[in-house]
Amino acid sequence: MGDLFSKFDPLIAERQALLDTGVRDPFAIVMDEVKSPTLAVIKGKETILLGTYNYMGMTFDPDVVAAGKRALDEFGSGTTGSRVLNGTYQGHKACEDALRDYYDMDHAIVFSTGYQANLGMISTIAGKGDYVILDADSHASIYDGCFLGDAEIVRFRHNSVEDLDKRLGRLPAEPHKLVVLEGVYSMLGDIAPLPEMVAVAKKHGAMVLVDEAHGMGFFGPNGRGVYEEQGVEKDVDFVVGTFSKSVGTVGGFCVSNHPKFEVLRLVCRPYVFTASLPPSVVATAATSIRKLMHAGEKRAHLWKNSRRLHAGLRELGFTLGTETAQSAIISVLLPDQEITVRMWQALLELGLYVNMARPPATPAGMFLLRCSLCAEHTDEQVGDILGMFEAAGRAVGCIG
Amino acid sequence: MTDRQEIFAKVAEQIAPFNKKGIALAEGTTFAGDLEWDSLTVMDFVAAIEDEFDIIITMNMQAEIETVGQLVDAVEKLRG
Repeated sequence: MGDLFSKFDPLIAERQALLDTGVRDPFAIVMDEVKSPTLAVIKGKETILLGTYNYMGMTFDPDVVAAGKRALDEFGSGTTGSRVLNGTYQGHKACEDALRDYYDMDHAIVFSTGYQANLGMISTIAGKGDYVILDADSHASIYDGCFLGDAEIVRFRHNSVEDLDKRLGRLPAEPHKLVVLEGVYSMLGDIAPLPEMVAVAKKHGAMVLVDEAHGMGFFGPNGRGVYEEQGVEKDVDFVVGTFSKSVGTVGGFCVSNHPKFEVLRLVCRPYVFTASLPPSVVATAATSIRKLMHAGEKRAHLWKNSRRLHAGLRELGFTLGTETAQSAIISVLLPDQEITVRMWQALLELGLYVNMARPPATPAGMFLLRCSLCAEHTDEQVGDILGMFEAAGRAVGCIG
Repeated sequence: MTDRQEIFAKVAEQIAPFNKKGIALAEGTTFAGDLEWDSLTVMDFVAAIEDEFDIIITMNMQAEIETVGQLVDAVEKLRG
């Protein structure tokens, strides 16, 4: 009998060889205790968290936690139903109201995860005969949204306005087109040149969807994302986002001013054929979103932290994914898997958790240690983080 | 040279920079098996082919193309 799992043999062998060198498994970390948005206990060691995407530190906000507890008491632990049947509670509507206010848009639809938001939006609005044009470095959920749908899929080189223009220009004029962009690309933390890209998309008659998963909360005067900061609000047709980063819980959404937007609730399979979010989750999300509208000081502190970490790491001699701190993601580029894992482990043993990322999730076969800052990291913690990078980098030999 | 031979020659030219092991190219040479290309190499190569011939090879089409010969056929068709 053939074994369907034999296709995974090379990966199993590669992983085993890595673990046999005695390193800890970078993809099997357990947080035994979580003390705050920036501190956890891993294997008995108090560890600074620098890889959580918890940008605005809302996970332990007292108002957010209280809202969740209240909803748990009043509405129970789960909805056991689809949004279109028994799974829409007052809390789901309140969450969509909060999103409409936050984004100042006519419509908001809440999905059970950010992944499902992209899956649902892209696969539903781009159908047979339509075209989806996406950046080559797009997140897996965008690619999977393309594969779930029936549209024709065209890729352009990462952040290249010229390449997007050229590819749109080669497509037939009649079919409908959707250009999918991200405000912040999560592997290197670089941002998109949205004014140029959106202008090119509009020139060729395409609709534009921007994923602001890593931009919500701290880009733009109202924290709406990179598209707000760069002033292209009126030309973006759909904004997709998540509750699992700045909002501090789980869930996904899309907001739009499209007059026919509400029909999605009937035709979007990843919205219809899954259970809705638990009442406690939508209550925490709605409370957090409303608080993020007035989080100017936190935003300023997050930017200060990001710029300081970027400059400090550079000064220590690390190679980083961007020339300057473009977002709250700072990626350290390392030459190969072995050095990356050794560096990752050295940091962990010193008491610092960062994400390790490797191909195929990374662009151009890169090995990365990805750091994401939080508005709740104190100045002292950022100093400690730099100290740990210096010690680990010297021990592993990746800085002089 | 026929049109097809000419396309084959141009495709071979585009393959060269990515053909690290110097595999001899034939109609039946496969990208994943013989040339051992990963998804990132395929992406760069497809972009190069698209620009060379001023065409679009959608990801849907790419899924059907496994050999050099199939790619030459696709380019011939797309150029019209």
